[in-house]
Amino acid sequence: MKSSPALEVSDVAKSYGSLAVLTSVSLEVTAGEAVGIVGPNGAGKTTLLDLLTGTSRCDAGQVKLNGQDVTRLPPPLRARQGLGRTFQVPRPLGDLTVFENALVGAMRAAGLRGRPAYAAACQALESAGMARQANAKAGSLRLLDRKRLELARALAMRPKVLLLDEIAGGLSDPETEVLIGTIRAVNAGGTTIVWVEHVMRVLTAVATRLVCLADGRVIADGPPAAVLASDDVRAAFLGGGVL
Amino acid sequence: MTTLLEVTGLEVFYGDFQALFGVSLSVAQGGATALVGANGAGKTTLLRAIAGAQPAARGSISYRDQNLTTAPPYQRIAQGIALVPEGRKLFPSLTVEENIQVGAAAAASKQWPLDRIYETFPMIARRRGQRASTLSGGEQQAVAIARALAAAPTLLLLDEISLGLAPLIVEALYQTLAELRQAGTTLVIVEQDLRRAMDSCDDLVCLLEGRVALAAPVPALTRDQVVAAYFGETATSGETAT
Repeated sequence: MKSSPALEVSDVAKSYGSLAVLTSVSLEVTAGEAVGIVGPNGAGKTTLLDLLTGTSRCDAGQVKLNGQDVTRLPPPLRARQGLGRTFQVPRPLGDLTVFENALVGAMRAAGLRGRPAYAAACQALESAGMARQANAKAGSLRLLDRKRLELARALAMRPKVLLLDEIAGGLSDPETEVLIGTIRAVNAGGTTIVWVEHVMRVLTAVATRLVCLADGRVIADGPPAAVLASDDVRAAFLGGGVL
Repeated sequence: MTTLLEVTGLEVFYGDFQALFGVSLSVAQGGATALVGANGAGKTTLLRAIAGAQPAARGSISYRDQNLTTAPPYQRIAQGIALVPEGRKLFPSLTVEENIQVGAAAAASKQWPLDRIYETFPMIARRRGQRASTLSGGEQQAVAIARALAAAPTLLLLDEISLGLAPLIVEALYQTLAELRQAGTTLVIVEQDLRRAMDSCDDLVCLLEGRVALAAPVPALTRDQVVAAYFGETATSGETAT
């Protein structure tokens, strides 16, 4: 039995002026999957995320979320359809508490009010491992906790598909382990994850599948070990003739 | 062989984001070291820390047996350390020559007068009066290297000089680097293209997540060793490439 994909990207293309950033990218993500998007600088990873969230419009192709065409929907409506994202540089509202930050996610992005908003914020903090710090000022958090709050904000939107944008960098080993555990738990809770990340060790600790972009197209898609061992992928990262 | 630069246990932070975790590195006088690694591995941070553009939280940077760990950038330039930053960072409204003269302001010696620089980079000699903003990418990169040369460096740090340039231009720039080496300049080169890095350097250092994953003379290295260090061994284990 095959469930309908949580996310379906068909032949999307995007150019900025004369620069074709994505030529024809197709990608299907099954509900519950954790997929890593990798690729060298300039491969088109950020552009792909922007097309998924609706921050940029596709020149061609289609984006479907849980079977529904969202290609023409602006970002807030996609968020309400169940698409959440984190940002590379977490910018919490520093004067608000951790809880209030999560609540803003639940109210603004998911459109919840009253008790359901409250519940979504609480649950998001639990999932992100931030419940104990709910009353701390967001501006006082250290890096790991800012990252976890960023996760919580996205989770408070109750996303079915969560897009993570380079969340792993800059942490010590023990902190990295904590973050890996948190994201694994989010995924195990049923949230589909699509994750752009450079820190390969962290990505492969969670993702069961890697998609490698290079020069605006998918050059490999499969189990992490096989993708990273592919000659095309190695050449994309390390240059033409690798020795 | 004399050690020119010795980096020991270097730790660098951006706020509470830790970019380098105890990096150690030794560069021999007259040698060329390639610095490779994935995005975010810490290559640029390491070069900037050596140049003094980024403070070290812990560890030390010793150059010609002098401790430069806390020395400001201008003192390091005067000691012969120059950086060609990623993205060139020229002054767009200044001419080619003015940009180069900026580099000469704190020069370590008079070994690189303008005519020697123009002789080394004929492609910018004929553009000397032109504003930097009107140059092609390759020409701008040449000016950025020329500006660093004007400081008469003993140790030249180059950050991704081939980024976005046509292969022929890159070839010409690397040809120039080979000439600089012959003239005695020590090089540390951040380069994404592994083959080019290995062809033009004696030693290779691969960074992974802010740590040294591999450091060895180029002839002692195999492709699989570098690839494993680049991606992190655990990420590639279980598969071997042909």
